[in-house]
Amino acid sequence: MSHTENVKTHTTRNIHVSTSPHIRHEVTTKRIMTDVVIALTPACLMGIYTFGYQALLVLLVTVATCLLTELIYQKLMKLPVTISDMSAVVTGMIITVNMPATIPLWMPAIGGVFAILVVKQLFGGLGHNIINPALAARCFLLISFAAAMTTFPDTIRTLFDGDVVDAVTGATSAVDAVTGATPLAEVKAGADVNIFNMIFNTHNGCIGEAYPPAILLGGLYLIVKRVISIRIPGIYILSTLGFVCLIQLISGHGDMINPGYLVAQVCGGGLLLGAFFMATDYVTCPITHGGQVIFALLLGLLTAIFRVLGGSAEGVSYAIIIGNLLVPLIEKVTMPRPFGVSRKGMKKKA
Amino acid sequence: MSKKTFKHGIHPAGEKHLSADQPIRLISAEGEMVYPLSQHIGAPATPLVSAGEQVLAGQKIAEAGGFVSAPVYSAVSGKVKGVAPHMTASGETAPCIIIENDGLHQWVDDRFRPDFPDRSVPGYVDALMSQEHVARLTSADIRNAIREAGLVGLGGAGFPTVVKLTPPDDGKIEYLIVNAAECEPYLTSDYRLMLERGEELLAGCELLLRLFPNAKCLIGVEDNKPAAIKSLTEKAGKYPKISVIPLKAKYPQGGERMLVYALTRRKLNSSLLPSGVGCVVVNVATTISVFRAVTLGQPLTHRIMTITGDAVASPCNLEVPIGMSYEQVMAQAGGFISDADPEKVITGGPMMGTALYTMEIPVTKTSASVLAYRFDPVAVDDPSACIHCGRCLSACPEHLLPQLLSDAAENEAFDQFEKYGGMECIECGSCAYVCPAKRHLVQSMRFGKRKTGALIRARKTAEAAKAAEKGGKDA
Repeated sequence: MSHTENVKTHTTRNIHVSTSPHIRHEVTTKRIMTDVVIALTPACLMGIYTFGYQALLVLLVTVATCLLTELIYQKLMKLPVTISDMSAVVTGMIITVNMPATIPLWMPAIGGVFAILVVKQLFGGLGHNIINPALAARCFLLISFAAAMTTFPDTIRTLFDGDVVDAVTGATSAVDAVTGATPLAEVKAGADVNIFNMIFNTHNGCIGEAYPPAILLGGLYLIVKRVISIRIPGIYILSTLGFVCLIQLISGHGDMINPGYLVAQVCGGGLLLGAFFMATDYVTCPITHGGQVIFALLLGLLTAIFRVLGGSAEGVSYAIIIGNLLVPLIEKVTMPRPFGVSRKGMKKKA
Repeated sequence: MSKKTFKHGIHPAGEKHLSADQPIRLISAEGEMVYPLSQHIGAPATPLVSAGEQVLAGQKIAEAGGFVSAPVYSAVSGKVKGVAPHMTASGETAPCIIIENDGLHQWVDDRFRPDFPDRSVPGYVDALMSQEHVARLTSADIRNAIREAGLVGLGGAGFPTVVKLTPPDDGKIEYLIVNAAECEPYLTSDYRLMLERGEELLAGCELLLRLFPNAKCLIGVEDNKPAAIKSLTEKAGKYPKISVIPLKAKYPQGGERMLVYALTRRKLNSSLLPSGVGCVVVNVATTISVFRAVTLGQPLTHRIMTITGDAVASPCNLEVPIGMSYEQVMAQAGGFISDADPEKVITGGPMMGTALYTMEIPVTKTSASVLAYRFDPVAVDDPSACIHCGRCLSACPEHLLPQLLSDAAENEAFDQFEKYGGMECIECGSCAYVCPAKRHLVQSMRFGKRKTGALIRARKTAEAAKAAEKGGKDA
């Protein structure tokens, strides 16, 4: 037919053949990791504001160490280099937000090497580690260098009341001048809480714990970007409060419970960071929705036990690590039933 | 009102605007015609013609090869060149009847022409439905007409329609469901059919309802096609047993199990057919073909294809003679954009379609589209390590754990694959679509299903043999 002679029906280059689907969503691992980096940025910035340039140095050293460790390991082992996926940056940032600003810089550097080399790469790299590398590094440092890891700055910069402040009571004088106690430690010791300061002022602690609204902002960003769901952080935070109250009541210290105490439990320590950034780590939390509920409840219980009954005021890191180790079991008992297959049908197959 | 839907699924960009406003255009058969004997699920058809024989358009050239099979008809008049292997869309050669098109378009019966009767005459559907013989048709007559016409599921699966319409007990069918979701991106042929041939669709439903005395008909349409919903709802007013139900636009709403669930809340699985829960599911184009087969005796010789994609010069919806080569179809569709070499050409939708490496393949009863991309949208995606983000789980309409199952398949742990429901996978591609690590989940699932399926069959055979042996001893 003449009218079709000039119509192009061939393709002259090699056309691609692949299995379906032929379209994919634009989200990538790198995009997700970058979102986590963005979400951690406000907490880091407020840490630098509160604790000064030392916090910035910790951040730079830790992130650089994580990236270098991954690069060198992958080069030596002749593996594809994957540092551009941003996951090592995330690990470095999470280690940083878990460090006191006063820590000697070589310590977080060791932490970075431990996290990337021992916890991540030796287990097979991204996606294969069984516990969160950054938290493992924090616990490793906490055991190895207990004093340095629990010594916090004497003075911090606050948003409202001048340079030296006791974050808990709001007094503008250096109260705990020796080791600069964290709010949670002071509360554990029985101090009264100024709720406004607890929430809206910077306070002492690890670099990322200085300013709760910054952490929440990051968490909100991750939820809006659908990187995480509210399921784990929401249940974790609420169940921590619930179990703390329960344990206090059972152990006869019900008088400890008041609004200020509860606000301090949420804002005064590592709970917000842990709930939004560490418990939600894809690799080390359950993939099943039911499993995520159990996991978050378990973290709440463990955190409450450690905080109320333990020697330290904190408990988030150890709670999450123990939770990480139980993930395979939790997933096993929460395996979803295929659509339209009855419980009986599943049993028959198994 | 919350729209009916199913749990999980994905929201890929629809891209239907490219061709949605293009009316269906009938193209004439050009070039050599090729008819694979297997255009359906089931036994291949048996050729009725041999080399040198003259055939007319609308003539049966192959007979159904069994109960689960379908006859094949020529769409042209011409001379049979022979029965020989020819490349098909799957990328494999298969036995085909090859007919030299004489270009005369002589039909066995003018009533078999796809443009008969004149659709511009109002009331042509009612006229056909009120023919005397149509009123007297028995269930057996209707089924026979459908079988004779060579109808198979035109949505893509190609299951012989009459088999689908023959459940164990007609009286137990409560819902005749018309799959009008058209959830695959880009495809618009069912949409055009609903707009342009809505009366034929509804008449087809009415005829099918005669098979099932206790059934009512539900036409499920995704809510991204408001014009089709409006038009069909208006026309359905005079049919008390037919309702048009809007469904939430979500992929894979057109999957049989998802559609049945959305409309009836009844659940199917890999071993439970729709008839097991009182449902029969048919596609829009199939139902229209039922109307034409029953009222006109018209065999299936043409189908609607969407020609679309960013490499196509003028996206359109064509009524294409079955047997014509894709190359000829593209020629009549206006071809590819002259300065664009498509990097990928797909037949079917982008989620479940097949990538082609040659256009020298015939249009079959199940050819839904030509979708041509200037650039392969997935070529840049190198798979990386799974980060356990759980997106695949949240997307899977079968509530499976694609990440775990694809690992099981890749590690050849087929017992695990079976235990965790791998055989329930419908290969819809939702998991791979959302995977941020760009893993080839569907490929692994297909591998797992093929291998595990073979193991299950072997086990069942062994069990049956054992039982027979035991039975023999007892006797």
